[in-house]
Amino acid sequence: MPYLVHSPEDRAAMLETIGVRSMDDLLVDIPQSLRLDGLQLPDGLSELETMAHVSALAGRNRVYPDRLTFRGGGIYRRFIPAAVSAVTSKPEFYTAYTPYQAEASQGTLQSIFEYQTLIAELTALDVSNASLYDGATAVAEAAMMAHVHTGRNEVIVSGYVHPEYVQVLRAFGDGRGIKVRKDGEPNKKTAAVIFQQPDFLGQLIDPRALTTAAHDAGALAIACVDPISLAILAPPGEYGADIAVGEGQQLGLAPSFGGPHVGFIACKKELVRKLPGRLVGIAHDAQGRRGFVLALAAREQHIRREKATSNICTNHSLCALAAAVYLTYMGPYGLRQVAEVGFRRAHNLAQRLAALPGWELAFPDRQFVNEFPMRVPKSPAVLRKLSRKGILGGLEVGRWFRELKGVVTFTCTEVNDARALDELVEALRS
Amino acid sequence: MTEALSFELSRPAVDPPRLPEPDVAGPSPADVLPRDALRSRPPGLPRLSEPEIMRHYSRLASLNYSISENFYPLGSCTMKYNPVLNEAAAALPGFAALHPYQDEDSVQGALELMWRLEQALCAVVGVDRVTLQPAAGAHGEWTALRMIAAFHHSRKENRTEVLVPDSAHGTNPASAALSGFHVVEVKSGPDGRISLADLESKLSPQTAALMLTNPNTLGLFEREILDIAEMVHATGAMLYYDGANLNAFMGICRPGDMGFDAVHMNLHKTFTTPHGGGGPGAGPVGVKAELAPFLPSPTVERSNGQFVLDHKRPQSIGRVRSFYGNFGMLVRAYTYILAMGGDGLGQASQDAVLSANYLRKLVETDLEMPHEGPCMHEFVASAHNLHEDGVRALDIAKALLDRGFYAPTVYFPLVVPEAIMVEPTETESRATLDSFGQAIKEIVAQAKTDPQGLHDEPKNLPVGRLDEVAAARRINAYLQGQSDDPVLRWKAPSQGPS
Amino acid sequence: MADRRYTKTHEWVTVDGKHATIGITDFAQSQLGDVVFLELPAAGRKLAARETFGVIESVKAASDLYAPVAGRITEVNEKLASKPELINSDPYGDGWILKLEVAGELPPDLPDLMDESDYKKVTEAAAS
Repeated sequence: MPYLVHSPEDRAAMLETIGVRSMDDLLVDIPQSLRLDGLQLPDGLSELETMAHVSALAGRNRVYPDRLTFRGGGIYRRFIPAAVSAVTSKPEFYTAYTPYQAEASQGTLQSIFEYQTLIAELTALDVSNASLYDGATAVAEAAMMAHVHTGRNEVIVSGYVHPEYVQVLRAFGDGRGIKVRKDGEPNKKTAAVIFQQPDFLGQLIDPRALTTAAHDAGALAIACVDPISLAILAPPGEYGADIAVGEGQQLGLAPSFGGPHVGFIACKKELVRKLPGRLVGIAHDAQGRRGFVLALAAREQHIRREKATSNICTNHSLCALAAAVYLTYMGPYGLRQVAEVGFRRAHNLAQRLAALPGWELAFPDRQFVNEFPMRVPKSPAVLRKLSRKGILGGLEVGRWFRELKGVVTFTCTEVNDARALDELVEALRS
Repeated sequence: MTEALSFELSRPAVDPPRLPEPDVAGPSPADVLPRDALRSRPPGLPRLSEPEIMRHYSRLASLNYSISENFYPLGSCTMKYNPVLNEAAAALPGFAALHPYQDEDSVQGALELMWRLEQALCAVVGVDRVTLQPAAGAHGEWTALRMIAAFHHSRKENRTEVLVPDSAHGTNPASAALSGFHVVEVKSGPDGRISLADLESKLSPQTAALMLTNPNTLGLFEREILDIAEMVHATGAMLYYDGANLNAFMGICRPGDMGFDAVHMNLHKTFTTPHGGGGPGAGPVGVKAELAPFLPSPTVERSNGQFVLDHKRPQSIGRVRSFYGNFGMLVRAYTYILAMGGDGLGQASQDAVLSANYLRKLVETDLEMPHEGPCMHEFVASAHNLHEDGVRALDIAKALLDRGFYAPTVYFPLVVPEAIMVEPTETESRATLDSFGQAIKEIVAQAKTDPQGLHDEPKNLPVGRLDEVAAARRINAYLQGQSDDPVLRWKAPSQGPS
Repeated sequence: MADRRYTKTHEWVTVDGKHATIGITDFAQSQLGDVVFLELPAAGRKLAARETFGVIESVKAASDLYAPVAGRITEVNEKLASKPELINSDPYGDGWILKLEVAGELPPDLPDLMDESDYKKVTEAAAS
């Protein structure tokens, strides 16, 4: 059998050392009525057959080429440097355990310390944690932080925040008795105002105004941000947001049908003790050597137990490593160029799409970065046509927002070369 | 050997990577966006060439222990071999390149994999449905409790308490509190098993659920589980299974048959998905039919030979994460289950139990054994017998690190003083187990002759014991505005006004 | 009455007329290890007897703090914010945590609280 190491001789010898006659003597505590006659599962397959089976399943999925993918909605096709998987596939990283024994985990701890610094720099806030599961749970955790910090029970979701993030926020809120309101003015019951920049439709909002309004009511401002856009847009720290969260998939992670990706969270230093999840900090040994260690662990579930702000234990460390490699590879100017290429191509595409008969920008007065909403006549048929030509067209957002029926968001990144834009427009014209 | 930070290796004039040019006519951000929407200063990301980056990470990798090189006897973590085939499967473009918002008919293979994984997990643990959405064990635990809360709510019963054994892992009470429940502790009896008398005194019409790990965190099977289930159900409460220790009895018995209503599992423990230095994992939750209406939405259903995502679930507790789950980890676990099959999984648990009892036998005269054997897939020993030499469980852990073993779990469960929890798993050879037993003997002997030497360990690793107290004090000083050194991130040395 | 009294949860209290001073015991600080942080309420807050009023943290543990007697907080030891280690070095002196103005009349012998010798028995039992 695969992955098992004991031979029948090993097993016999071990039983003898223990001093029992058979496995039944070791399983003596299990009531006979519960004992199974094996599992109701087929026997195992050879590696060859396993891979054939799994490949067949993979083969039943349609893979659209990166360059012909124009659908976003929170998950985007990006150029992923080879360096990222070269690092994350090192077994010293991917088969390592949680770094509780710091002396044997300096590789993980230092790389996560670098990740924390990178996210803090990107968001222009004081401290980042060592990762959360995804953008949705990051929003929910930030809302919990605000609730604990202010003692208030309501959060306001302002504008078009990713609908799945709001669903998760509601599910988390139900457990803690926290109400989620859509839009509306913050007041003394408001723990936080949550907004997304760019929003779910790709459009720019006014984060300064929202932050001010939140603070005026004594609430926190939580900014859910696109990490690549932060190379061009003012980051949350510049407009005074208290907590920044977001989905880090674009930082070196394949779409992978929705996960695993990485949720990031960073905050002002006043809120650090409320941060969920792990934090890595600098420490020194008796010889004065610098090392890295898990810090402020008393916040976490294994110590605080029922008084912890969050129950998170396992996080998305390897995905955070991918993000760290990506950001290190890009550096500030690489990241800026990635953002600007997407910006320029998306604006070019938007103009050309708006020239198609019956098509128009859904909100022509709004700015965007690299994702934008178009009103598309007969959108389901249009998207089916594109699919037949091997193109993954935009995302119909009417499925979440009734008022946006017929609106499709299109995305453009550095992977959609100029020729791909031409192919898309030609396919739509025909 | 320590390695500099990428920020310290950074040099200002290093070329950025070559990236595509826009190649199309269009504005730049400064052309169309108002000035105050734009970033005023670039983020302080490091600037390194690719060769330097690759060397930096290779050197960092060499500072880590990992399953690929080291034995990890960590109790309740099931640090078994991570099959490389799983990585190959997850990397297949037919999985890795899928956008979650593709039309369902274009992702039938992915949906089928999820459906089949659900079927397989149902068979392993004995439940009717499984949600694959939760991203981690604690996440799954919270999800299960929310479903249980929804169930009671649907029957207009206001049950506010969750019972948790005093030997439970911290996520249990944390998850219960976050689900809106009040946590009540149930005592263990003298044999480490839950006290039925105490359980009876604490069960009431207020009880929503009892959370149990079986075998418990001491590696002992709760012999009276059928009675426990009956007691819990008689009061109208539900029984929740924490699957941390599922590796003890796959193919031998099933939590569903014991009476558990909700069964949580850790794919990154029992089902070999790699730990990644702390994650990602996945925490599926199995449920009996009566909890199925409350499953997170969407579920994967098969209808007329097609696989569909069912979003129309009016009683669902909603969504617990974006999209459908940690799909890449689901692929890995499914691949493992295919390769092992029912026969392999059964043998795995048998070997896990055998190895734990063997290792326990090897060290039973060196460390204190607070409870009688046999154990299941893990055992708890105590370093209390070394107390008089001034040696603690922590010293043993650090001394093991120096000998190339990752340390076992120490100081958990809280009910055993100086606890050392050991779970070898089925993928460690007898030679490895013997050498671990030998290392324990040497360390215990050294406790008598040279305890100070043990306090100084580890000596052979890149750093020795780190002063966490000093770090905590520096963090405190930073958080109170008395110091500029953030400790929790790198900061450029002061350069004066920017 | 200036004798120290003790709670089962390892706080100590001294009472002087209407004023009480509260801290944690030497046994508690030795169990906790180096104290790195305290979460404490503000002055003015009213506490009930046995109510939790804060948390004390070491690197590896966090413990709730329970009020030995009821009262209104008049003073919080400000020094603990930057020097929490005072609790380890001088738990009965400079490491005091709160001062309260006691509510109502206290029975002279504080029957819910232990005296020195009873508390000593508790700690000896716990340490074995």
